[in-house]
Amino acid sequence: MFDSLADKLQGTLAGVRQRGSLSEDDIARAMREIRLALLEADVNFKVVKQFTSAVKERCLGVEVHKQLNPGQQVVKIVNDELTALMGGHSAGLTFSPRPPTVILMAGLQGSGKTTATAKLARYLREENGSSVAVAACDVYRPAAVEQLIKVGLQAGATVYEQGTDKDPVDIARWAWDQAKRDGKDVLIVDTAGRLHVDQALMDELANVRKAVKPHVVLLVVDAMTGQDAVNVAEQFAEVARFDGVILSKLDGDARGGAALSVKAVTGKPIMFASTGEKLPDFERFHPDRMAQRILGMGDVMSFIERAERTIEEDDAKELERKMRKNEFTLEDFLTQLKRVRKMGPLTSLLGMMPGLAGHQLSKMNVDEKELDRVEAMILSMTPQERARPELIKGSRRLRIARGSGTSVQQVNQLVKQFGEMRKLMRGLAQGKMPDLGALMRQQR
Amino acid sequence: MARDWYDLFITDFPGGAAAEVPQTGREQERRGFFKRLRENMKKTREALAAEVQATLFEGDLDEQTWERLEEALIYADVGAKTTAEVVERLEQEAQEGQLVGGEQLTKRLSELLAELARTGDEHIDIRPDPTVILVVGVNGTGKTTSIGKLAWHLRQTLGQTVVIGAADTFRAAAVEQLERWGERAGCDVVKGPEGSDPGAVAFDAIARGRERAADVVIIDTAGRLHTQRELMAELEKVKRVISKQMPDAPHETLMTVDATTGQNGLRQAQLFGQAVNVTGIVLTKLDGTAKGGIALAIANELNIPVKLIGIGEKLEDLRPFDPDAFAEALLTA
Repeated sequence: MFDSLADKLQGTLAGVRQRGSLSEDDIARAMREIRLALLEADVNFKVVKQFTSAVKERCLGVEVHKQLNPGQQVVKIVNDELTALMGGHSAGLTFSPRPPTVILMAGLQGSGKTTATAKLARYLREENGSSVAVAACDVYRPAAVEQLIKVGLQAGATVYEQGTDKDPVDIARWAWDQAKRDGKDVLIVDTAGRLHVDQALMDELANVRKAVKPHVVLLVVDAMTGQDAVNVAEQFAEVARFDGVILSKLDGDARGGAALSVKAVTGKPIMFASTGEKLPDFERFHPDRMAQRILGMGDVMSFIERAERTIEEDDAKELERKMRKNEFTLEDFLTQLKRVRKMGPLTSLLGMMPGLAGHQLSKMNVDEKELDRVEAMILSMTPQERARPELIKGSRRLRIARGSGTSVQQVNQLVKQFGEMRKLMRGLAQGKMPDLGALMRQQR
Repeated sequence: MARDWYDLFITDFPGGAAAEVPQTGREQERRGFFKRLRENMKKTREALAAEVQATLFEGDLDEQTWERLEEALIYADVGAKTTAEVVERLEQEAQEGQLVGGEQLTKRLSELLAELARTGDEHIDIRPDPTVILVVGVNGTGKTTSIGKLAWHLRQTLGQTVVIGAADTFRAAAVEQLERWGERAGCDVVKGPEGSDPGAVAFDAIARGRERAADVVIIDTAGRLHTQRELMAELEKVKRVISKQMPDAPHETLMTVDATTGQNGLRQAQLFGQAVNVTGIVLTKLDGTAKGGIALAIANELNIPVKLIGIGEKLEDLRPFDPDAFAEALLTA
């Protein structure tokens, strides 16, 4: 769908290059494609309307750039505008000079409040070294309190709970006193999910707000939300007066147009993104990356950041030297394999690559068990064999196969593929781009 | 006429379960349901009907009419593709002179939407003993709650004995949540330790169901994103385990879809469908302002029918889906 937006625009705008600038007609056609793309991404249609007219203005009279084709150029303008609309740079939390800083969580049922509460608690503990407590004010959903106790403790937070028989407003007030008494830096108040049209529950939320005077109110929004995101955001803005948004379930393949809608109608920034099942899967939100995601351009920055987190710079330099000189050994390969796997499942990494979202390669089924086998085979080799794979013949193969619980054929295959890979790497290190298509055919 | 529980489920009783219940009772229930649906969907209706009426009732069907109609459908999360199909078809009918004026258009639109929603087998056959119903879906879409309510209706309305398998062994306190529902509905809940193999729990639940000669076994599963390959493979395994225990089971695989979900709902249905062959949708949280139009896209593009809808927090707010009532409530003031 979207990954092809640039391609589609390129098709739509064919012939523009010769003329040197975009005509009104070209732009109208391009806007239709953009409109459709944004609607498919669940951006609210009113927001789409405003947005496309803003982009149209900017496209008029634009000189066609030498390095970019007209399609790419329009995409660049769209991307810039989207980024600007979403807040430009990522916004952070402000802390109260007099602790505890109280953070109130709000949102619809199933948006992921309780999980986000625990993730935020962990994040603040890890990143800021804060001592964090969470308050269990969801007395409605069966076992919600038990869930918060479990995930709260996993996050290393103190959990304040009084079961489900008390009024949420009273529990919140009590928890606030507890947090002050215990000298906590941060208190996160988890509340029950509620519909924005449920008057009684929305009143209750307003009362919790009045009772604990939060410094920050966060709305949790499911990244998969459709057109309704606008109504939800408007209602919660009125009642809870939230300061920012946590976008949840961003690890799926939703384009997350809701993020744009919410920002556009409330002006409140998206602050955090929840990106996985586990507690550490929680990061600062980056508007520029979200813009690229909505446009299907891949999330290069997140990919690079994850890589940086796992690969030391010195190692990278050494690796590059080895690749260039063709000294890359199976031992190095094993080290790299382990590092890459530390970054997360390969499939999720592939999905982040630009141009690969929705591409066949991103749907490629990387069998993690196959990688286990590769590791086992290398671990069954002697240091000499790892350094010089060409040594691996006859009885050595059999020994490695036996040692790793694989077959001689599998060992052969590994050695052969490693040879191919070495060639490819040498090319890469010397600045040649690999032919991805050929690489894929090879994989089959 | 609205569908009720007796229309949704195919049972062993001669003449269906309906034969056991006096017609007047059913009628009253139906009227009650209509009222509830109308009340709960008031917001929904106001928004969409306002769009439709302000424009379509003004007489001539012009370019603006089609544009507004398109916007109204997009706004309901019906999606660009299905919207284009609907608008194109109505436009063509108008060109051919079959449709004149806003009133006719509104009526035909409602018909067409109901037609789209009506796809595949809209019943749930609970004649096998026990009937195994597997429930899957993305996190937070309302699986556990829907199962609790479904069990309650099977037990209280249709008098079936139900065993629930708590195979969501991942989410903290999911089992506790289901146990509460089990108590309310009067059903047995089979569980394993937290973090244990969901397939084993499903296996035990069916074994328990057979032991106790239960009519229906409902298997809850952990919410998962359709993009998580390992978790989807785990789900396939749960299904295989069930089939091993009982060859034609699961007899029904329901997927919960949150009505607030946008176009990603299609991907969800597609990938869950590939993994475990989804036979019906439970459209939850229809009581907000969300239109749930994604269900129409799923029905239209993937031929998976909606079987149940959730229109509120209360037990009786889980209801059999009725395409006409749905389209009608969506469009008429």
